[in-house]
Amino acid sequence: MSSDLTELYQQVILDHNRRPRNRGKLPQANRVAQGENPSCGDQCKVYLNVVGDRIADISFEGSGCAISQASASLMTTQLKGKTASEAEALYKNFHEIVTTGKQPEEISDVAAFAGVHAFPARIKCATLGWHAAMNALKNTEASATTESHTD
Amino acid sequence: MNASWNSVRDDFPILHQQINGKPLIYLDNAATAQKPKVVIDALSSFYLNDNANVHRGLHTLSMRSTNAYEGARKRIAEFISAESPEEIIFTRGTTESINLVAASFGGSKLKSGDVILLTEMEHHSNIVPWQLIAQKTGAKLKFVPVTGDEGLLNLDSLERLLTPEVKIFAFTHISNTLGTINPVVELCKKAKALGITTLIDAAQSIGHVPLSVKDIGCDFLCFSGHKMAGVTGIGVLYGKKSLLNAMPPWQGGGGMITMVDFETSTWKPSPERFEAGTPNYADAYALGVSCDYLDKLGRAQIAKHDAHLASLAYEALSKLPGIRIIGPKNNRSGLVSFAFKDVHAHDIVTFTDQDGIALRGGHHCNQPLMKKLGLTSTTRASFYVYNTESEIEVLVKSLSKILAFFS
Repeated sequence: MSSDLTELYQQVILDHNRRPRNRGKLPQANRVAQGENPSCGDQCKVYLNVVGDRIADISFEGSGCAISQASASLMTTQLKGKTASEAEALYKNFHEIVTTGKQPEEISDVAAFAGVHAFPARIKCATLGWHAAMNALKNTEASATTESHTD
Repeated sequence: MNASWNSVRDDFPILHQQINGKPLIYLDNAATAQKPKVVIDALSSFYLNDNANVHRGLHTLSMRSTNAYEGARKRIAEFISAESPEEIIFTRGTTESINLVAASFGGSKLKSGDVILLTEMEHHSNIVPWQLIAQKTGAKLKFVPVTGDEGLLNLDSLERLLTPEVKIFAFTHISNTLGTINPVVELCKKAKALGITTLIDAAQSIGHVPLSVKDIGCDFLCFSGHKMAGVTGIGVLYGKKSLLNAMPPWQGGGGMITMVDFETSTWKPSPERFEAGTPNYADAYALGVSCDYLDKLGRAQIAKHDAHLASLAYEALSKLPGIRIIGPKNNRSGLVSFAFKDVHAHDIVTFTDQDGIALRGGHHCNQPLMKKLGLTSTTRASFYVYNTESEIEVLVKSLSKILAFFS
């Protein structure tokens, strides 16, 4: 097993892939957005219950590779309880981690995704759920597609 | 196997490299095949020595170039047993060939209430062009069902679907996902009995099995150069001359007219009618060289080699725990598609790449079929002339390792 691969498939990722958190429909959701990766068929639907400016609850549904499913699962644990601007900052931070391999300043499970940067073709997998969540937060009707993003 | 096979791996320089520290094992041939040195050299030599724009040229280079281009047309006509070179139209590939027929034949013949008959195993390129023309003309799309995981066409349903409303029946020769080899002769015969025009997507068959449009009895046949040891950017539409000459142009420009006035123009017959603008003569020339290369190996031998590797891979892969292989067990072409319940195709392809193996994972431009089979993606290993039995052993070992990692 190459070291790049073990970096990519860390225990945190394997664990979230096997036992996804906050998976399924959210009955009280008031924002929903669908993320799609047309080149591979991966899908991720994110449900938010936004109260005031805060994400009171969040869940996701979808199918895809270990990276995309684990990323969406971990994202839900990160975004629950956050305000829109906090969520946006977390997304920017996550985006930087997966595209540059930079370690987060604070100790966090998202560090597991730093290994993705060595596999440029997989960055879209890691950001799929996040794109959908950001769209849901902005309440845009359009579904998020990874194809229109440079990452 | 004739003597040309002894050095077949040496004919492909790209194979002799390491990927992630391991010898390259290229098993993505259904997406594109590698090109032998003789084809790469022919293309390079053409640009180094003979290049000039074709047709109407009176100087030496232009005549050389025109001869190379028209020579390739003749060679390809012979390669698929067409009646004449006028039945060979050069396009960018299979997709463009199908779009040409959909726009020109479909656009002029179809009307509201007509039916375009396809099958559930078609590549998106043999679905979407028909959707576009159906929207314009009011024609309806119908699909011959696939039997399920064994991936055969349901021929009983075909009998019911072949009605007088069907104006064109377009189907694939070999499925890029299932590996199914369709009974094209029988399908064309059934359609012909009712006067239905037929189109065959031969993208996956042209470089892999002996192919004669005369024996098949189709009206149109479409293929790409790059899947038959040829270069990218060139493909072919074969059409019966009588049909082609009754079809309107689909693009306008130089080279396809007899006379142009400010208001109107008149068209040349096929093939020029469908080749507006400067054609891709250099790649067409190189495609002729690919035909020579494949015939040197022998297409019947290639088919045998591919089928042998596919059945070997099928047997070996079947032993992996939890594997689901789609497509027929017997009489399959040189590819195997499979899925695991708990390991996604993209994770597999990333892992096998670390072992130097090039596979493809995804929906293979077969989304409707995937949905029908309840799959979102499969991993596909597809073989060609340079693949070996020992490469399949390496593949199976690599997959076993991945399954252990994710278990």
